[in-house]
Amino acid sequence: MTEPLLIVNHLAKAYGQTPVLEDINFTVNKGEVVALLGRSGSGKSTLIRTLNGLEPFQGGTLTFAGQAIDPTPATWLALRRRIGMVFQSYDLFPNLTVLANLMLAPVQVAHQPKAQAETAARTLLTRFGLAEFADRYPSALSGGQKQRIAIARALLMKPALMLFDEVTASLDPEMVHGVLALMTDLARADMTMIVVTHEMGFARKVADRILFLDDGRITADMPAEAFFTAPPTESARNFLASMTDR
Amino acid sequence: MSWSVIQASLPAFGAAFWLTLELAALGIAGALGIGAGVSLVQYFRVPGLHQVASVYVDVARNTPLLVQLFFIYYGLPGLGLKLSAPVSGVLGLIFLGGSYMAEAFTGGYNAIPKSQLESGAALGLSPRQLARFIVLPQGLTAAVPGLAANVIFLVKETSIFTVIAIPELTNTALDLIGLYYRSNESLLMLVVAYAIILVPLSWGLTQLERKVRHVTIGA
Ligand SMILES: Nc1ncnc2c1ncn2[C@@H]1O[C@H](COP(=O)(O)OP(=O)(O)OP(=O)(O)O)[C@@H](O)[C@H]1O
Ligand SMILES: [Mg+2]
Repeated sequence: MTEPLLIVNHLAKAYGQTPVLEDINFTVNKGEVVALLGRSGSGKSTLIRTLNGLEPFQGGTLTFAGQAIDPTPATWLALRRRIGMVFQSYDLFPNLTVLANLMLAPVQVAHQPKAQAETAARTLLTRFGLAEFADRYPSALSGGQKQRIAIARALLMKPALMLFDEVTASLDPEMVHGVLALMTDLARADMTMIVVTHEMGFARKVADRILFLDDGRITADMPAEAFFTAPPTESARNFLASMTDR
Repeated sequence: MSWSVIQASLPAFGAAFWLTLELAALGIAGALGIGAGVSLVQYFRVPGLHQVASVYVDVARNTPLLVQLFFIYYGLPGLGLKLSAPVSGVLGLIFLGGSYMAEAFTGGYNAIPKSQLESGAALGLSPRQLARFIVLPQGLTAAVPGLAANVIFLVKETSIFTVIAIPELTNTALDLIGLYYRSNESLLMLVVAYAIILVPLSWGLTQLERKVRHVTIGA
């Protein structure tokens, strides 16, 4: 049974006078993994950032878990507890230890008791093979370790939807695998995910569906396998060719 | 160089040394307090107050301490407020230093990358929580070099106190030159006295900067 979690309807967004997203329509069902692809500047980051209110938008509607989103600061504040996001630049808090990074939102935002938040954080660190880093500061970690901790930090809020914006793009090649493996596990565990990525192998293997963004418009929305075996537009063909050339 | 002149001047220099330290410490402590308060008022754009804070910072930064001291010591009595010279000196240092410290604090808050605030917001932290857990701790750390430079600057500014006849180091040196008609000895003692204060102080502040640096690098 498919149950829609996020419905995007006629979304439009401009930076000043310059339109960047036009008439965006798509639905993400519970448990689905959607890869958002497109060339640089096509609007992927802008789109994913409108979905948790980091970017305001000018037209269209968003519906999350059956509720129309009234895009006020208060609404977004409440919704961000249920929509996790991980960025390319990790952005762990350098003034806090790994454990404190992980516990901050559960304690301050979700009002969990400290002991409970700490147990949850340590359990997840252990699951991710990062237990030994609990008391370190982020500056003493590798990029791959930081990014896996950033993912853990978002997951500890028990989000219904996870947004990933090129989370492996800043990593050394040997670090990429560990982060993608973790995201693959998440996908298998039925986390609903929207993933902006340049990792075509990952998109093809893990994503259920591909959204292809072309100059601010979605020009393909189809099962991943179909997109990769028969890209529907010239632009998508060229994009895939340029990605496999690298 | 006359050793006997130096010996004869030592008690006066000793007293001036401690007075300079005391006035500088009071002025710096006050400036840090005012600076922290003003920077917070500006950061949170506290209605009504933040415009006042901006005017204060502009006035205090753009007038010389000399003029501020004249105003406090000679001008305020005309408005019915008569203050002793040392109190006027400390108040002048706080007035001037508060604006420099406010700018250093603000510089620290502004040095925080926008992405830090966005990743905090994405976790559901409110603007107030972002300020408390991210902007303030990281901003204070980032502000340390600027604050440290201001501490050194304010210690040196105490030499201006001589114009309202506070017997601090510079004033004492000038007095002794007048008394003995020998400038080399007094100037040497003046340089040594400032060095005794400033060299260890700037060494300590550099250590502090080193210590907090890990917080601002490599998130
Ligand atoms: N804050 C901003 N102000 C103005 N224009 C912006 C802003 N952010 C992005 N843009 C523009 O909007 C368009 C889409 O940018 P966006 O970052 O969403 O693309 P992207 O698909 O994520 O690209 P990349 O793959 O390089 O990350 C680009 O033309 C970009 O220059
Ligand atoms: Mg992008």
